[in-house]
Amino acid sequence: MTTVSAVSSRKGRNVELALLVFAVGIVALAYVNVGIAVDGAVPPSLVAVGTGFLVITGVFHLVMRWRAPYADPLILPIATLLNGLGLVMINRLDLANGRDLAEGMALRQLMWSALAAGLAIAALFILRDHRILRKYTYLAGAFGFALLLLPLVPGLGVEQYGSRIWIALGPFSFQPGEVAKIVLAVFFAGYLVQTRDALSVAGRRILGLTLPRARDLGPILVAWMLSVGVLVLEKDLGSSLLFFGLFVAMLYVATERTSWVAIGLLLFAVGCWVANLLFSHVQRRVLLWLDTFSTEALETSDQLARGLMGMAAGGMLGTGLGRGRPDLTYFAESDFIIPSFGEELGLVGLFAILLLYVLLIERGLRTAIGARDGFGKLLAAGLSFSLALQCFIVVGGVTRVIPLTGLTMPFLSQGGSSLLANWTLVALLLRISDHARRPVPDPAAPSPLASEQTQVVKMR
Amino acid sequence: MNAPIRRLSFVVALLFLSLLVSTTLIQFVYAKELNARPDNRRTLLSTYARERGQILVGDTAVAKSVPTDDQYEWLRTYPLGAKYAHITGYYSFYGAGGGLESAQNSLLSGSSDKLAFRRVSDLFTGRKTRGASLELTINPAVQEAAIKALDGRKGAAVALNPSTGEILAMVSNPSYDPNALSGHDLKKVDAAYKQLTSDAADKPLVNRTIGGDLYPPGSTFKIVTAAAALSTGRWSPESELPGPAVLDLPLTTKGLPNIGRRPCGPNDTTTFQNAFEISCNSAFGYLGMEMGADAFREQAAKFAVGDQLYVPMRVTPSKVPAELNKPQLAQSAVGQYDVRVTPLQVAMLSAGVANRGTVMKPYLVKSVLTSDLSILERTDPEELSQAVTPEVAAQLTTMMQGVVENGSGKPARIDGVSVAGKTGTADTNNVDRAHAWFTGFAPANDPQIAVAVVVENGGYADSEERGGGAVGGPIAKAMLEAGLKK
Repeated sequence: MTTVSAVSSRKGRNVELALLVFAVGIVALAYVNVGIAVDGAVPPSLVAVGTGFLVITGVFHLVMRWRAPYADPLILPIATLLNGLGLVMINRLDLANGRDLAEGMALRQLMWSALAAGLAIAALFILRDHRILRKYTYLAGAFGFALLLLPLVPGLGVEQYGSRIWIALGPFSFQPGEVAKIVLAVFFAGYLVQTRDALSVAGRRILGLTLPRARDLGPILVAWMLSVGVLVLEKDLGSSLLFFGLFVAMLYVATERTSWVAIGLLLFAVGCWVANLLFSHVQRRVLLWLDTFSTEALETSDQLARGLMGMAAGGMLGTGLGRGRPDLTYFAESDFIIPSFGEELGLVGLFAILLLYVLLIERGLRTAIGARDGFGKLLAAGLSFSLALQCFIVVGGVTRVIPLTGLTMPFLSQGGSSLLANWTLVALLLRISDHARRPVPDPAAPSPLASEQTQVVKMR
Repeated sequence: MNAPIRRLSFVVALLFLSLLVSTTLIQFVYAKELNARPDNRRTLLSTYARERGQILVGDTAVAKSVPTDDQYEWLRTYPLGAKYAHITGYYSFYGAGGGLESAQNSLLSGSSDKLAFRRVSDLFTGRKTRGASLELTINPAVQEAAIKALDGRKGAAVALNPSTGEILAMVSNPSYDPNALSGHDLKKVDAAYKQLTSDAADKPLVNRTIGGDLYPPGSTFKIVTAAAALSTGRWSPESELPGPAVLDLPLTTKGLPNIGRRPCGPNDTTTFQNAFEISCNSAFGYLGMEMGADAFREQAAKFAVGDQLYVPMRVTPSKVPAELNKPQLAQSAVGQYDVRVTPLQVAMLSAGVANRGTVMKPYLVKSVLTSDLSILERTDPEELSQAVTPEVAAQLTTMMQGVVENGSGKPARIDGVSVAGKTGTADTNNVDRAHAWFTGFAPANDPQIAVAVVVENGGYADSEERGGGAVGGPIAKAMLEAGLKK
């Protein structure tokens, strides 16, 4: 774990700037495209929205030059591009539903983006070294589990569309699971760095797998029970899968033991199987997943079917931005934003978006490999994998790879909590990456003292 | 820890690979199938972008598309609203419903194979493809007269040109405003649809002239019984028939009573002619049982009862039960028991008699016009069946004239024109009230128009005069007059 890869010491800030200009350009072009396609004119809101977006991006970039000059140059542009494309689609749906800029969701999304970027910038400022977080391992753990279970508190949690993953605070509603994802990754990283030796060495070999000792099974069982609890009580397969998957993946990275993955998958499969036997809401989801177009399923919900028909309408090349009817699907701007893109940008556009995510996650995993400390490695790997898993759960849900759940697509989907959480996640990745790519003082380099006349005798 | 991170990135690659496969399956492999689904609203909406053909009555459009500023480009409107609702049907977000909008959707939308050549030439000339227009057989004067005479009462009225089968009027009450369903405000459309299909509304979307819950025809069906009886040659209009107040029926203690429970003539006997004029149930029950179920049923079939017709909307087939014992036969012979008909079928009884025994196939679309109003297709009159010989038709005409001149159909008399007709008062579950029927044609010597009218629970059940004659007669008269006016 002491491996230090040869990371180029080039800062890459100029690459980042070029890519950011490119990203903002694409977003502006798409925004104008929507306006022309829907209203036949360049949208008057372009100046306001464009300036807002440009200012956020510019400030972020300057802060990067100042506070994280060695960070990976691809992460920020990709997140910016995805955030911007989401904004374009949300604005496009505002237009389709006859909402002007003031009452529409796009402006709110822009304000949330600004707030989220602000939070990320603040995180870069406050958190000068990600290892500080390790001090708060157990606090993060307690906070994370509390967030996860918060929707179950009577009076605070709200059940929406069959899932209880929201809390309402006055006029705001919030998905605490989004934040829990990050806090728990911090906890897992800190905890596993401490316990990895015990979890990775002891055990017996059976059938080629080194099985852990029974007493070491504690943590994975707790995580499993929690995720099953989320599945059953909050009725949300997505969050449940996300947390358990995140834990198992980080456990595997920390211990390098395949048996943990096998045990984890087995436990999860059993949990799902039992939940499907016992709970009608799980059965309904499974019916909608396997038999989307049956009369019975359509009577329950035709949302998935509508999304699929939207994607089919897009075909290979899409209808073009502003020329399709993504507004025919419910939640086209949040949970179903991927079908909206599929319809208007086509399979080609959807592939491009998915590849952007792949790139972002790949940069995150590369950061993990490059990180010099175990905590940083685990955290970066966990955060990146949580992003990947969330993309898989959302896109897999709307394309019938797995049952549909109520998670949002990172950066693209409309929603404040999602933006806040994912921009914070990006800030953490940038911080770790900055640390990983920062050149180490070369021990072989002549120290200024070497040129002195007086020789210092080495005492080691 | 680097080796497991590398393996983790392999897992990430697999996860995303599955997404690339699933999206490809949806947007490429199964896209066609998904687009062709009937419940795919996107496919429907793309048809909104094309100008739909008009539905024309004379020079008036009863359905036309007008350009709009919104994203749908065209709004379907029905300038005469509820008056032609059951003929036009409606064109809504949920598809074309009822009437010609649905039955001739491919022509109106322009997607019909008949318009394929047109579409290709549009492609070359750069003209926007438009749907074909339909020119109807409706005579607006008869349609208006029927609406006015029905005066909002629940029921239906149909008029036919007996020699061609052209439908001259088609009115069903209660009606609805198709504009409420064709609007572009989905919420309003939903609300309107919910209201129209609620229990309180009494099925306004159903075209009662050709569908819905069929009606018992009552005494109008005596035309069929009489036609069958005369065709056997055993009876003539002058034949003596038993006509007691209540006809004894075998197998049951219940007899077949006359309306009002009066005998039809002195000594409980009457002539065939008189029995028809005053609508004597016992005499016709006797005739039915004498001729047998087969003869009765065959005669009904010759009048197209049981045929599946399209006008081009689907017409629910009228029916005579397949199995009839004697008392059931007697009741069927006077249009009761399980005999069920559409008003269109009843109009076809009169039209068949009027057209010297030949029943013409009814139709609503006179011609199909291309977007520049040149004729693409014209409907030719078509013989459906020979119900009776011209001689029997002549005898029936005389008997039906007697109904209007001397019998239960006096309210349908028209000055200077001889009207042939038959009343009906069909018992329903309602004890006091009965469906009031009238069917007939005019002029009797040179028939131009045949009609059938029914008013649900419109007549008193105790008298033929206060039933079909008094209630249905004036409506039929108004329609006949309107049809004869040049």
